[in-house]
Amino acid sequence: MAKYLLLKHYRGAPQAVNDVPMDQWTPGEIEDHMKYMSDFATRLETTGEFVDGQALSPQGTFVRYDGEGRPPVTDGPFAETKDLIAGWMVIDVDTYQRALELAGELSAAPGAGGKPIHEWLEVRPFLTAPPTVTE
Amino acid sequence: MDDMLLRELTPAVIGVLVRRGVDFATAEDAVQEALIQAALTWPDRPPSDPKGWLVTVAWRKFLDAHRSEASRRNRERLLDLEPPPGPTETADDTLQLFFLCAHPSLTPASAVALTLRAVGGLTTRQIAQAYLVPEATMAQRISRAKRTVRDVRFDQPGDLATVLRVLYLVFNEGYTGDVDLSAEAIRLTRQLAGTSRSRGTMVADEEIAGLLALMLLHHARRAARTRPDGSLVPLAEQDRSLWNTELIAEGVDILQTALAHDRLGEFQAQAAIAALHADAPRAEETDWVQIVGWYDELLRLTGSPVVQLNRAVAIGEADGPVAGLAALAVVDPDLPRYTAASAYLHEKAGDHSIAARLYADAALSAPNLAERHHLTRQAARISQALRE
Repeated sequence: MAKYLLLKHYRGAPQAVNDVPMDQWTPGEIEDHMKYMSDFATRLETTGEFVDGQALSPQGTFVRYDGEGRPPVTDGPFAETKDLIAGWMVIDVDTYQRALELAGELSAAPGAGGKPIHEWLEVRPFLTAPPTVTE
Repeated sequence: MDDMLLRELTPAVIGVLVRRGVDFATAEDAVQEALIQAALTWPDRPPSDPKGWLVTVAWRKFLDAHRSEASRRNRERLLDLEPPPGPTETADDTLQLFFLCAHPSLTPASAVALTLRAVGGLTTRQIAQAYLVPEATMAQRISRAKRTVRDVRFDQPGDLATVLRVLYLVFNEGYTGDVDLSAEAIRLTRQLAGTSRSRGTMVADEEIAGLLALMLLHHARRAARTRPDGSLVPLAEQDRSLWNTELIAEGVDILQTALAHDRLGEFQAQAAIAALHADAPRAEETDWVQIVGWYDELLRLTGSPVVQLNRAVAIGEADGPVAGLAALAVVDPDLPRYTAASAYLHEKAGDHSIAARLYADAALSAPNLAERHHLTRQAARISQALRE
């Protein structure tokens, strides 16, 4: 089993296909979207593939060390262009193929008009220690 | 064996050892050993005086541990310190333990963890679960907190206001693990109220009562506050038949007794506002005029900008949205939930497009997921109405 991080980008990734801001959806469409996501997580729990997931606040700050005794530099030149990650989920799956399959499924969550939003998800494998060879 | 009983007794027993001069971490270790012993022997031979039993065994465990490393001379000196046998008292020690756990040298997060561990008797795993952090992380946090207060001695009264703040933090943490922290905070506040009364008047007992009433009144509405899917139900839309009338009656009772002493504090004022909400059979019957009055008191007591913000919303209900927006105009717009309050008042005033935009903005800075979803739904609801 290997762990993968699924990152939901709201900005910085290529534009989603069904790209309507959420406050322009109907309340029913929002319910459906939430339900899809929570059903997805619940199902992964039953398959033993769910590790953890959290939503993130949109506020983020880039920080850089700027030398001894000097205050850290924050939000340098990227303030307007940095991407925005809305949430993440960690899954623990058998294969990379399975990780892609699940990310694809999550990306198909219904959005405006009840159609899949086709949002971009970033799939990042966790680094793991190389397996110990005992023979 | 009765887990609740053990959790009640643990702080008192730690307190006795600490008063006898044992440092906090060592006392806790000794009590843990005694609890293990209790788990082994109590099922067959239940003690007639559980607390006395625990004190004796914990003291013996401490001495055993101490003996193994200290000289014979030192041991005799410690044995001399042992008080004569007799009834064991609780009040003093538990109160001191509260003060120790809420010591100003600790960060709020550490104070909360230490209080749950030492006064509440929760396991590290339970606390870690409630805070959604790994057990090892929580174990480290607790041992660092213990190291911080290791040299604190009980020679002067602690700061009750800090203890109450810590308890309120515990209450507001809610319940994600197998322990309901809100119920736990209520239990500990009850314990503190009992402790304080038996000790005398060095602290404002009315404020402890005020905090207890506030917790009970909030707790009474819990079943109505969220839908089964976890989404928020605003106060006005809550199914009031789900409110726990017994808890409300108890909260109101405690509050009235406290208010009668005429030593108002911020928790009593907050509880009074909660009581007025609890008192309304329907949302439309809420006595907003009185609520604004209590917010005025609260503002006088605290000067808090958050109170100013809530007061503006209450004025919006009592005197109409225009008055509410005027009251909001003097509040710092950077406050959390400022935008949400503004959106709400604009909607009431009929400025729907502004309200929709503000709700969407507010969703972006919501402090938690449930609120983010709620505000997004509000924005969507108005946007949809505007399109139709």
